[in-house]
This record gives sequence, structure tokens and C-alpha cells, in this order.
Amino acid sequence: MINISDVSKWYGDFQVLNSCSTNIEKGEVVVICGPSGSGKSTLIKCVNGLEDVQEGTIHVEGIPVTSKRTNLTKLRSRIGMVFQHFELYPHMTIRENLCLAQQKVLKRSRDEANSKAEMLINRVGLLEHIEKHPGQLSGGQQQRVAICRALAMDPVAMLFDEPTSALDPEMINEVLDVMIELARDGMTMMVVTHEMGFARKVADRVVFMDNGSIVEDRPTNEFFTDPESERARDFLSKILDH
Amino acid sequence: MSSFDFGVISENIPFLWQGLKLSLWLTVLSVIGGIAIGTILALMRLSGMRSVALFAAGYVNLIRSIPLILVIFWFFFLVPLVIGRPIGSFYSALIAFVMFEAAYYSEIIRAGIQSVKKGQIHAGQATGLNYWQVQFYIVLPQAFRNMIPILVTQGIILFQDTSLVFVVSLRDFMTVSSIIARTEGRLAEMYVFAAFIYFVICFSGSLVVRNLQKAQGT
Repeated sequence: MINISDVSKWYGDFQVLNSCSTNIEKGEVVVICGPSGSGKSTLIKCVNGLEDVQEGTIHVEGIPVTSKRTNLTKLRSRIGMVFQHFELYPHMTIRENLCLAQQKVLKRSRDEANSKAEMLINRVGLLEHIEKHPGQLSGGQQQRVAICRALAMDPVAMLFDEPTSALDPEMINEVLDVMIELARDGMTMMVVTHEMGFARKVADRVVFMDNGSIVEDRPTNEFFTDPESERARDFLSKILDH
Repeated sequence: MSSFDFGVISENIPFLWQGLKLSLWLTVLSVIGGIAIGTILALMRLSGMRSVALFAAGYVNLIRSIPLILVIFWFFFLVPLVIGRPIGSFYSALIAFVMFEAAYYSEIIRAGIQSVKKGQIHAGQATGLNYWQVQFYIVLPQAFRNMIPILVTQGIILFQDTSLVFVVSLRDFMTVSSIIARTEGRLAEMYVFAAFIYFVICFSGSLVVRNLQKAQGT
């Protein structure tokens, strides 16, 4: 479903991605991890064209993201994205946050958009907050809303860019629980995260990146029990040993 | 010189009020027009289209390098030449103010737009909103909310600048005060009164700005 092939990207002279390739099948959950600055977030942003690439191609359901002729806005409406800092619109209520793109992009009626918003918000247990503004919610609540905003578009795949790294520790699980449920419902997911517990529990594969390259791309169990590369072993020992 | 006689003011209240109304109207209309055109100029400069951005930048820099009084003269003499008929002092002054203020507002608005976090734009784009929808629904509302204090401040400056319209013989508050001062021979009283009124209006405006800033926590 998502096909990344030989993707390279530079910021000036600095190479952030170095011929990265991987495939994500429908219903698959792939966790991308690695030290900070390894290019994980950049790679995931290339998948829906928020960042452009200089070399290589990315296809989503056969549509080339990297082609200039592709209608990016249409493609993006089919891929949900969740950000590290939530990025809810602060001047709108939760309801308006969830309805905006439904009405403006999918051209749903106000009633349709509203009932979809209520259904999703209810699923994450925040229905009573639907008329509030994002600033009145905790970080964990905001991130759950952000997941709902993406889901409201009925995406074929979801991208998560470090969804829990801006959260206080006690709020991480409420967000991970929503993501685990989503994974079990069969959503195709690409998740950049340091939450190895989450990876173990729901990921089909783990992609390990370092210095802009994909160093390992392995089934979850193999990655944790028998990492091939020195760098992955080093990373795992640092992140798991405390 | 005889002692102060503020009776001259109460006798001329209708005349003074006419002048003040003109000053206020000119300010309000120029602020609205200036913000509207200033927003367009700001969006042009940030559009990423080279020729469009250059045109807007050229306009802003040209206007900002010229004294306001010259711009008022220009439009007074130029506009009738361009459209082939006189449009009157008020409209030529209004156009001059709008075009002049648009240059200043566009710089404020450009900074406001740039103050909106890039993540907000990404969030909008990620849900499939196009460039204009992102600007209109996400960026501009937040930019304006951040900018309100400084937009009001610019409005206060504009209100003071409207006193320059005497050069195209419009009777704004300052001009009216000055006429009364000279015809009644009460220069001190009228200029003290005029200063007082400007102070009350502008200082109230400043208080509004301060409260807005407090409410925003900046």
C-alpha cells in the first residue's frame, strides 16, 4: 500500500535521507525507531508530501506522491497524520477541529460531519469536551482529539510522528491505548516512536534508522531478540536498560 | 492677554463635532481598507510566486519611503487625472490613507502570518486542505488574533495622521479647531482643547491595547 523506493533527501549539503526503501502492506503496523536526527520524522513526512524528496519515489496505493503531477491535497485527505505537538487548531472548538476538513475537503454536510465527529470523540471518551477549545484539554486528551481529527477523514492509512514524546509520562498510555485499538481494528499504520512496549505489542515490523539510512527492517520479534547491526543493539540497550 | 475663556468651545460644539466625525470616519475606513489591502499584499509577498512577491515588496518599500503628506498630495492630483473627473477631497484623502496604511499593515500582517507555527500549516495540509483553505481557516485567524494589539496601535497612529488632510482643505477635527482658534482669537484655549481630545482618544486606545495584551498574556 505504501511503497518507498530509494528515497534520498538533502537539506543543503546535509543528507537527511540516504536511499531509503521499504514497503508497507495493507493492515500492517510498522514502527520506525532510531536515535534522534536519524531521519525518521522526515521520512514519514515525505509519505504524504509534507516534505519533498530529491531522489527516489514514494507511492501510496499506486499513486506517486513524489510526482509533480499528483494532486497532493486529494492524496493527503486519504492519509491521516498525527503530530508530536498535536497541532489542533487553537482558535476552534474540538468539534470544529474535527469538522473543518470533513466539510471543506470531503464536502460532507454539517450534520454528517457532526455525527462523525461525535462518534469518534465518544470512542476516545471525550464527548463531554467537544465544545471546548484545545487549550482547555490536557496533552493526552489533545492528542486523542488529534487522532480523531485524522480518523474523521476515513483514511486508508495513518502516520504517527512521535505521538507521545511531548506528553507527560502519566498521559502516554491513554494515547497508546487508542493507537493499539486502531491497530487491532486493522488500520495500516506507520509510527515513529520510542515506545518499544507499543512496538512489541502491536507492530508487525520494526524499521531502525540511523544517519538517514534504514539499517534494519525486520519482523518485530526478530528485531528485539536478535538485532543484526551493532547500532541497533546499542540503541536497544540504551533505550531498554532502565 | 485675557484669561482663558473656554466658552468658545461650547459655542462651537456642532462645528467641532463635524470635524471629529470626519477624523474618526477617515480613521475607521482607512483601517478597514488598509487591513484588507494589506492582507492581500502580505499574502502576495508570502505566495512564493517571484514576480507577485516582488511587485508587492516594491510597492511596500516605495510607499514606506515617502512622507504621508506627499502621498496625500499625489492622490489628490493624480486620481482625477487617471479617472478623468474630480472625486473630491474626502475620497482622494481616503484612497491615499488606505494605500499608504496598506503598506504598513502588510508588514504587520506578514509578521503575524509568519508567527503561526509551521506545524499548524502541516496539520491543515495533512487533512487535504489546499493552500487557500489553510490560509483562510487556519493561518489568518490565528495571525489576526496575535496581531490585534499592534493593529490597534497602528490605528491610533493613523488617527493622529488624519490631521494632515488640511493640505487638501478637508475639515477634520484639527483643522476645525484651528479655524475657530483664529476666527475667535482664542488660540490657547482651542489648541489646549484639541490636544486634550486627541489625548483622551489615543490614550483610551492605548489602554485597550494594554488590556488586550494582558488578556493574551504577552
